[in-house]
Amino acid sequence: MTATTTARVAAVPASTAKQPSSRLRGWVTRAPLLPALVFMIIVTQLPFVATLVISFFDWNALYPKARHFTWFGNYAEVLTDADLRRSVWTTILLTAAVVLASLVLGLGLALLLDRKFRGRGIVRTLLIAPFLVVPVAAALLWKHVLYNPEYGLLNGLLHYVGGPQPDWISNTPLLAVEMSLVWQWTPFMMLILLAGLQSRNHEQIEAARVDGASNWQIFRYLTLPHLRRYLELGALLGSIYIVQNFDAVFTLTSGGLGTANLPYTVYQSFYQAHENGLASAAGVLVVIGSLIIATFALRVVSSLFREEASRA
Amino acid sequence: MSDTALHTRTRRKGTWLGLVAWLAGIVFFLPIAWMALTSFHSETDAATNPPSWLAPLTLDGYREFFGAGGGASPWPSLINSAVASVVSTLCVLLLALPAAYALSIRPVKKWTDVLFFFLSTKMLPVVAGLLPLYLFARNTGMLDNIWLLVILYTSMNLPIAVWMMQSFLAEVPVAVIEAAQIDGAKLPTVLSRIIAPIAMPGIAATALICFIFSWNELLFARVLTSVVAETAPVFLTSFITSQGLFLAKVCAASLVISLPVLAAGFAAQDKLVQGLSLGAVK
Repeated sequence: MTATTTARVAAVPASTAKQPSSRLRGWVTRAPLLPALVFMIIVTQLPFVATLVISFFDWNALYPKARHFTWFGNYAEVLTDADLRRSVWTTILLTAAVVLASLVLGLGLALLLDRKFRGRGIVRTLLIAPFLVVPVAAALLWKHVLYNPEYGLLNGLLHYVGGPQPDWISNTPLLAVEMSLVWQWTPFMMLILLAGLQSRNHEQIEAARVDGASNWQIFRYLTLPHLRRYLELGALLGSIYIVQNFDAVFTLTSGGLGTANLPYTVYQSFYQAHENGLASAAGVLVVIGSLIIATFALRVVSSLFREEASRA
Repeated sequence: MSDTALHTRTRRKGTWLGLVAWLAGIVFFLPIAWMALTSFHSETDAATNPPSWLAPLTLDGYREFFGAGGGASPWPSLINSAVASVVSTLCVLLLALPAAYALSIRPVKKWTDVLFFFLSTKMLPVVAGLLPLYLFARNTGMLDNIWLLVILYTSMNLPIAVWMMQSFLAEVPVAVIEAAQIDGAKLPTVLSRIIAPIAMPGIAATALICFIFSWNELLFARVLTSVVAETAPVFLTSFITSQGLFLAKVCAASLVISLPVLAAGFAAQDKLVQGLSLGAVK
C-alpha cells in the first residue's frame, strides 16, 4: 500500500499543491526520531563544543579573574608537560596491552567453547562472570584481595609452590592494572569471537576436511580470514572502551606510580588542580585519539552491518 | 591407522580440550569464587597466608558492610543507584523505541546516516564533556542531584539502545505489518499485536544492558555527586584506601553491589554480545 502511494506521488509531476502534503508526510515519518536525536545533540554535542571553547582559555578555577584567551597555549602545555605526555604514552600502552592480551586469550577461549563438551554452558557462564562484576568492585577485588602482598590470594597461591612474594602493585603498577582489565575484558572478546566462529560456513569446513585439510590448515585458511572482521571489531570496540578507562586506574593506583592515563589526568587536572583550560585541552586530545580509532571502528561496523542487511 | 583408532584418538583429544576449557573457566571464575568465600569469613581468617579455605563461615562481613560496625550505611547509595539505573533505562526505552521504529519499520530517508550518528556519539569519550557538565551543574544547583545522573545515563545508553532495537525491529517482517494494515488494523494494534511480541525479547535484553551500564558508571557519579546522590560505585570508592583488616567487608560490599549486574547479565546472556557490539554481531 505504501509502495503504491509513493510510486503514484513520484509519477505525478511535482505540482505546487502536492508539495506541502509530502513534506508533511516526511515530518510524520521523522517525528518519532526527533526526541532521541535532539536529546543526544543537546546532551552529548553541546558539552563537547564547550570543552573545545574552554580549551583555548588559560583558566584556573581558583583564579577566575585571571582567565584569558591563549590560542593553543594549553595544547602546547599539554604536549610539552612531562607528566601529561607520559599520560598520553600510558594511555596508549595500557590500551594496546589490554586489547591485545584479551583478544588473544578471548580467541583461545572462543575456540575451546566452539566445540561440544560436557558442561559447555556452565563453562561459558563461568567465563562471562568477570565481565559482570561492577568495574570498581573488580578493581577493589584485585587491589585488596588478590594483589595484597601479605595475604592476597596470588601470593597465597605462590606460597604453596614456594614462589616469591612480590608486592604486585608497587613493583609492576601498570601491569597490575592491565591484568585486572584483561581479566574483565577477555569475556567480551570471547563473546564477539564466539559469535564469529558460530557464523562460519560449516559446509565449507566439512568439504575442506573431506579433501584432507588438517585442523591447522582449516584454522589458518578458513577460520582466521572469516574471523578477521570480528577480531577487528573486538579490537576497536575494546580500544574505545579501554581508552576511556577511569575506574581501574582510579581504584588500583589512584593514578600514582606512572599509571595515570588521559581520562584520569583530565579528571585530576580539573577536579583537584582546577586547571579548567588544561583539562579541556587534554580532553580534546582524548577525543582526537578516539576519533582516529572510531573512524576505523565505524568502517568495520558498517561493513558487518551491510553484510547483515544483504543477508536478510 | 584404522578407522576406529582415529576415532578414539579424536574423541580423546576432544575430552582433553574439554578439560582445558573447564580449567580456563575455573581460573577465570576463581577470583569471584574467592571473593564470595572471603565475604563469609571472619576478618582474621580472611587475612592469612597461606589462604584459609576451610575457615568457619560467618555473616560478620555483611553485617559490617550494612553498617553494624558504625560505618556509613550503603542503603542510600544502593537506592540512588537503583533510581538512576531504572529511571534512565525507562527514559532510554521511551526515546529509543520510536527512534528505532523510524529507522527500521518505516525508515526515514538516510536512515543509516542517522544510525551512524548515534553510534559516533558513543565513541566520544566521557571525559570530553565532563568539565562543562560539571560547571553547568554547579551553576544551576544540579550538583549532587540524582536526576542529573538520570539524564546523563540516558544519553550514555541511548545510542546502544537505538542500535540494538533497530536490529530487533528490523526482524519484524514488513509483509505481515502491511497485511494487517490492509485488514484495517490501526497503528496501536500493529504495535501491540505484531511488533511487540516479536521484538519483546530484544527490548528486554536492551533494557538489561542499559541497566548494567548505568549501574556500573563511576566517573560521572564521582564528579557530579557527593553526599546526597552518591551511587553504589561511589560508595565502593571509600574502600580504596586500606582500613586495617577489612577484606571480608570489601568482599561482601563488592559482591552485594555486583549482584544486580550479575543477575541482569545472566538474564540477558544470549543477547549480551549483540548489545555490547552495538548490534554489529548477532
